[in-house]
Amino acid sequence: MSEQKNTTKTTYHIPIGPIHPALKEPVYFEFEIDGERIVDVDVKLGHVHRAIEWTGMRRNPIQILYLAERICGICSFVHPMSFARAVENACDIEVPERADYLRVIHGELERICSHMLWAGVAAHEIGFDSVLFITWEMRERVLDLTEYLTGNRVTKAIMMIGGVRRDITSEHVPKIKETMNYLKKNFEKLRKIYLEDKTFKIRSMNCGILTYEDAMGLCAVGPTTRASGVKKDVRVDQAYAAYGDLDIDYMTPDILRGKTVGDVYDRIIVRLLEVKQSIELIEQCLDKIPSGDIVSEPKIPKLLAHVKKTAGEGIGRHEAPRGEVIHYVKFDGENEHPYTWKVRASTYANILPWIPMLKGEQIADIPIVAASTDPCMSCTNRVGVIKDGNTTQLTKEQLHKLSVQKTRRLMR
Amino acid sequence: MNAPKVKEQLTPEGIVKYFKDEFKTKIKSSNVKKHVEGSKKKEYYNIWIKIDKSIFKDVIKHLCDMTYPHLAVISGNDLKKDIELIYHFSLYFGKRYNEISLNISVDVPKSKLEIETICDWIPGALVTEREKQEMLGIKIIGIPDSRRLFLPDDWPEGVYPWRKDDKGLQKYIRNLHEVKK
Repeated sequence: MSEQKNTTKTTYHIPIGPIHPALKEPVYFEFEIDGERIVDVDVKLGHVHRAIEWTGMRRNPIQILYLAERICGICSFVHPMSFARAVENACDIEVPERADYLRVIHGELERICSHMLWAGVAAHEIGFDSVLFITWEMRERVLDLTEYLTGNRVTKAIMMIGGVRRDITSEHVPKIKETMNYLKKNFEKLRKIYLEDKTFKIRSMNCGILTYEDAMGLCAVGPTTRASGVKKDVRVDQAYAAYGDLDIDYMTPDILRGKTVGDVYDRIIVRLLEVKQSIELIEQCLDKIPSGDIVSEPKIPKLLAHVKKTAGEGIGRHEAPRGEVIHYVKFDGENEHPYTWKVRASTYANILPWIPMLKGEQIADIPIVAASTDPCMSCTNRVGVIKDGNTTQLTKEQLHKLSVQKTRRLMR
Repeated sequence: MNAPKVKEQLTPEGIVKYFKDEFKTKIKSSNVKKHVEGSKKKEYYNIWIKIDKSIFKDVIKHLCDMTYPHLAVISGNDLKKDIELIYHFSLYFGKRYNEISLNISVDVPKSKLEIETICDWIPGALVTEREKQEMLGIKIIGIPDSRRLFLPDDWPEGVYPWRKDDKGLQKYIRNLHEVKK
């Protein structure tokens, strides 16, 4: 913990975390509070640093695929995808066209799952638990589909360097279409709840604002930056995988709202629009998918020998549900394992934007504002409040109660 | 040095030429890599530029004047005598098929492990600069916040996890089969 700053009588400090309800993984915040208002925020990370990059530099690329999958449970497709693209980039491996389309289908399924999960968590944070069940019921159908296509609900093990490991055959297609139709049918219900319901509006409008300038300067990524009006989406910006063939555009809040504010409400709009976009992308993929191989080199020893011979470096970028993920790899031409492997997950870039978002907000807004960037770190139990030198503990339930109370108060 | 204003968007080759015209031999190497994927075979570009440390800050300034870049991350390689830092930027995003990835690498000699901060132009670089300080032992001159980021406060001084020399983690590694637990 950093040294406590000298404070005047009117402000006090609240440490939140490393364990906290709005965060799915540990992170430590220290808030400087004046009454109910947040004056300053400090963020400390590293509580779940597992030295994955270090470990990866002692594994071969095939082993790293499965290690990368375990960087994050929700983004279990995104990291292997970026890593495989970085290796392909460094070793000049070409991916078959069919595999490019299959990658998009799996990537977009994951985006739907992730955004649905987030929508549920956001509803829970403001005390709207019935919506949590609606969204997670819908997410469950997508998880079932993922299991049907890959054999697993979460860690899919579908990625391979130079392609994917399992094909989607004609017998899989009806089930995909059925799930997409189910999602489309229920999407309207979701849109109505999130965008028209009074509870959501009062808690999310003009709350946790990130301006366009801050989003650019602080290098924010994903829905967080798009909600502030920055048009940045790797899927549109670069013609990678099959995204170059598909009809796709930037999802910014002005499409629905007519203007961009950069508040929590805008971040909800962007994610909702992206769920719809993902459904359309999957349908486009099913229409356009060409036949052919799904992996460029099925013999793994041959693939590894090729990698071992290569001296070179490459980057792999992919638009994850939370924003751009980038992997960098370097091979020295002597060893199988990469000389360097650097992973940049999306939340890494969305840490600094928290500070302008949270400044000036109330304590009861912390959960929803922190959750609005969809941080990929973990959840829990205790918040300690240091007030006038006496430490009291705010449990998860109490902080959650504060948030729910604010909703009730505003509803009156 | 004042950067000449570039109004129109440059091609990948144009970007390399622009830096070469400005900095001449201080640009040590450059490489434009074209990639195609998917059925339509639309191309996208990765540019790799290696620059001399003395012009580092100027290059970043020129880049910011050219178009405001997005800094993805800084990665680091321990190359025995030097530490190579690679700044991964993306330029010209916001228009379909328009983005260019620019990777600027700079070698910092281990005898003087120092480089200037770029937080004054790109405040978002703070997180990744702090990470480079603790993981590679590079001193970032002028960094607004020099505390550790990921490593705990009781981590020993002078040990840097990503280093491959004697300042790395080698002496801390215990193989399970040797520990006899």
